[in-house]
Amino acid sequence: MSFQINKLYYGDYGESKNGAADISTNQTNAAEWPLWEVFIRSKQGLDHKHAGSLHAADAAMAIENARDVYTRRMEGVSIWVVESKYIHASNPDEAGSLYDPANDKAYRHPTFYDLPEEVKYM
Amino acid sequence: MATMKNEIDFLLHLADNALIIGHRNSEWCGHGPILEQDIAITNIALDYIGQARNFYQHAAKLINQQPTNIGVTLTGNDIELPATEDSLAYLRDVREFKNLLITEIPNGDWAHTTLRLFLLSEFELQLFTQLLKHTDAQVAAIAEKSIKEISYHVKWSQDWVLRLGDGTEESKQKIQAAIEAIWAYTGELFIQPEYATAACLNYAAIQTAWNKKISAVFDEAGLSIPTKTFVQKGGPDGMHTEHLGYILAEMQYLQRAYPNSQW
Repeated sequence: MSFQINKLYYGDYGESKNGAADISTNQTNAAEWPLWEVFIRSKQGLDHKHAGSLHAADAAMAIENARDVYTRRMEGVSIWVVESKYIHASNPDEAGSLYDPANDKAYRHPTFYDLPEEVKYM
Repeated sequence: MATMKNEIDFLLHLADNALIIGHRNSEWCGHGPILEQDIAITNIALDYIGQARNFYQHAAKLINQQPTNIGVTLTGNDIELPATEDSLAYLRDVREFKNLLITEIPNGDWAHTTLRLFLLSEFELQLFTQLLKHTDAQVAAIAEKSIKEISYHVKWSQDWVLRLGDGTEESKQKIQAAIEAIWAYTGELFIQPEYATAACLNYAAIQTAWNKKISAVFDEAGLSIPTKTFVQKGGPDGMHTEHLGYILAEMQYLQRAYPNSQW
């Protein structure tokens, strides 16, 4: 038994409707620099958060560009970059089967417990 | 008093360098080869305008502190006192500007622009490191703040020199052409202006360190230093190329046509 695996890259979805650039198979313009996703950690934050994307020729340039594009207003103290093609995304067409089943399972939220007075910051 | 006049002139020299190279880099705004690099060079332009403001403000403060009878006027044309950062930037004429010629020559292509910035910012990094020991604490403080910015300018422009030199045939040819065109303006960097009398300054040491750095990067990029040694000079003494007048005409037009107009 064999499965056909459709590998979707970031930016791929909507392709059939011309909704996004075809990153994974784009050979038409070799001069175009690859797309990178940028994650910034703010001074107060512990986690790197997605800030946006940009074009750069390589990782070193991507970090410099990220510094120039996304940290101009003191947004961050640390930068991660990853080439967009390495990010795999869930398929929006499957949103129904992926996420809807959680709709009627409100009991999964921890709101049905009575917390003792002594427990703070919950 | 000669000492104070020297310090003021030297501050104006540093301020003019920053203002003019800042203006040149700002000309790329909206014209960069790619959005991200457009923002990068515009950021750098803003760094320079910030440095220019710091130096002009300090120069204006020193000018205004002098008794009016000691003749610490701005060379040539007098400016109404009290001097301000704006009057120093907008109301002095070409001959009073003391910037290095390398800051005022036109941008040319991307290779010319990034190479010029590399050659200039490495010089500034060495110069400002010496200024950390300046007896005027304010000058030392401005130098300290500026070094953080300049270090990035060196890194960014150096990356481009390496990238273009070590890139394609065409990119290499373009950056080598830029070197041939700009090299004649590098000799002036190491001619100590006569008003640069601060004890912390040692231009010979700057030149040694600069040569070492530039040669190392050019070696890595496979680029060669021109054998021609003709030196264009005169900027710090007010003898400029024809290009500076056009910059000032554009920059100063509004203040001169509508004096004291505000945003």
